[in-house]
Amino acid sequence: MTDLEVFRSETRTWLEANCPPEMRTPIRSEADICWGGRNWTFQSDAQRRWLEVMAERGWTVPDWPRDYGGGGLSAAEALVLKEEMQRIGARPPLTSFGISMLGPALLKFGTEEQKKHYLPQIARGEIRWCQGYSEPGAGSDLAGLQTKAEDRGDHWLVNGQKVWTSYADKADWIFCLVRTSTESKQGGISFLLFDMATPGVSTRPILLISGNSPFCETFFDDVKVPKDQIVGEVNKGWDVAKYLLGHEREMISGMGLGGGGSLGATTKPADPMLRADIAAFDVDALAFGAMSERFAAMWKAGEAHPASPSMMKYAGTELNKRRNQLAMAAGGSDALEWDSERSRGGSAARSWLRSKGNSIEGGTSEIQLNIVAKHILGLPGA
Amino acid sequence: MTLLSDDQKMLHDTAASFLAEEGSIAKQLRHWRDINCKDGFGHGLWKQFAELGLTGICIPESHGGMGLGAVEAALVLEEIGRNLTPSPFLGTALVAARAIEGTAHAERWCPGILSGEAVLALAIDEGPRHAPEQTALEARRQGNGFVLNGGKSFVVQGGSADMIVTAARTSGAPGESDGITLLAVPNDASGLTIDNVALVDSSKAARLGFENVALDADAVIGEVDAGWRPLSRALNAGRAGAAAELVGIASGASAMTLGYLKQRKQFGKFIGEFQALQHRAAHLYAEIEIARAAAFKAAELLDSGDERAELYVSVAKGKAADVASLAVREGVQMHGGIGMTDEHDIGLFMKREAVLGELFGDVYYHREQVARLSGY
Repeated sequence: MTDLEVFRSETRTWLEANCPPEMRTPIRSEADICWGGRNWTFQSDAQRRWLEVMAERGWTVPDWPRDYGGGGLSAAEALVLKEEMQRIGARPPLTSFGISMLGPALLKFGTEEQKKHYLPQIARGEIRWCQGYSEPGAGSDLAGLQTKAEDRGDHWLVNGQKVWTSYADKADWIFCLVRTSTESKQGGISFLLFDMATPGVSTRPILLISGNSPFCETFFDDVKVPKDQIVGEVNKGWDVAKYLLGHEREMISGMGLGGGGSLGATTKPADPMLRADIAAFDVDALAFGAMSERFAAMWKAGEAHPASPSMMKYAGTELNKRRNQLAMAAGGSDALEWDSERSRGGSAARSWLRSKGNSIEGGTSEIQLNIVAKHILGLPGA
Repeated sequence: MTLLSDDQKMLHDTAASFLAEEGSIAKQLRHWRDINCKDGFGHGLWKQFAELGLTGICIPESHGGMGLGAVEAALVLEEIGRNLTPSPFLGTALVAARAIEGTAHAERWCPGILSGEAVLALAIDEGPRHAPEQTALEARRQGNGFVLNGGKSFVVQGGSADMIVTAARTSGAPGESDGITLLAVPNDASGLTIDNVALVDSSKAARLGFENVALDADAVIGEVDAGWRPLSRALNAGRAGAAAELVGIASGASAMTLGYLKQRKQFGKFIGEFQALQHRAAHLYAEIEIARAAAFKAAELLDSGDERAELYVSVAKGKAADVASLAVREGVQMHGGIGMTDEHDIGLFMKREAVLGELFGDVYYHREQVARLSGY
């Protein structure tokens, strides 16, 4: 056996022994996702145990270095772990913006002290992070942000407002883009980390068309942030922000499978015209699945174009919207029920409405197309 | 998804530079079209394929080939697509080679394929739409052989082929996959008529008539009534290969169009500065990347003998044909009036896409396959 085959066999045995049966069932609702954090209430003992045993091995973040709470796995080993988890239908032990967004940015731009301090907390699910990027006046034009951080000698003084802050009301800490200079648009932005419990921070959930409130408005009123809680240099935060956005887009594009695989296999459409549309969708969905695998391999090997997450984000989110649209058609009037038990609280309708945001959050589809046109295709004036 | 190995990258580089240089539109496609060549491709170039070893990619090492697989064939076919190079590569070196693999016919034909002297074809369709299980061409037992009566259409390079791998019905009824037998039909068989037809892309495909064509028992490829297996093997190789060639067509058309967007000026600006065109170009880029990923996934699964291979072959062929169609339509539209002229090459991509999109099943055929194989 090759080393990788040995690793696969050991991993399979370990997962069989350690993944609780309750954690091998499909995620049916938001409540089934383990986000962790100071205020997290585990849904079950199984959810707690699954997080603990995986974090113990560093497998909540399998490819991060062991020194920072990761599993130290190679790209090939991490893929094997993913495949073996998929094989038994294991849920991710932990989902967090710390893992998918902040962690990679800290690994690249953080000081050794910052990595040693923040990364293990993320890996163990102790701190739940939120992302302070968009503002009322800075959506697609993100670099136009106005939230101000003044240098007050021993601290930064932060004032301003963020919007579309995912789960700000549930988060422990925020990674936040602030303006530290007005002399240059992109060159006056810094990247700060601070505790959401700091005096002067307040949040207000936003009710969406889906009836849920995953996003908040976040207000900063004379918030004092210690000077060492900046990532990268002062006024160089845009580099960190862009790098992190690449990871955010990669994460969102992964949602393109929207539960994965063939839509027709689960909906069994009887109507021939709908069946034809769903078959056309399935060709696109399975092809995109192949693209996701190829992209992940190329990204890890450094062979992907740096702007390619924009392509993935665009294609994946448009596909997920289409999946939800077709799932609604397949469900017919059943799918219109909003709060009945039969519809699991209107899960189809809520998922459909929620999916409309996929091509807006993390940079709209139009912004992603602009980025592809400019940075990959080299079209003039883009 | 595994990334390309160093050997695969080297093979790709060899094929890419050879086809860009020797297989260009001016040197091959336009040349043979304009002199109304009966083959639609050049035998000289096919010999050059052989000299580089490319004709032997899918021939087993025991027969003197490279013993490689669908991934390597896809690397070559993407470059063939990009340059619109007419050649027997897909039909002879891939599809026919796979059909006769492991049979006595491989002994007979592999040397010719390797040397670039033999051209083989596959006769499967009998109507305007691909439906292999509908095979009706009658092969009636006579003595220790068979007598064939019926017809075949869309036999690519059938008029140039030394031997035609022909799907015939030896038992059962059209619609059944059992009862089909693959037969090796020589081009000079008595009672065989070959109507060599030029297609929209200047390639040639034959309509075949069989009138009491008598064949010996040793014409059988594989086993009697069990031709579906070698036929599926050949068709799946062909579909995955056509998918890769379609990705090449899409890439070639897209590159030509992007070049035009960066060079053509209207209203005092490069037309590539207009966001209406930028977004369409960016969308097309994403689609081509996805189609390429699907084509390589299908090839990888074929090579590893994975049970999902057939599903992903249909995903790949369906997706690649869809995307190549988008690429050539956007290509002609974005070129404006010049795109409608015969002088400009962009229209040649549109013509080739139409033929390759149809070959071995169009997008509708493969969507149906995906639905069926996914259990709905």
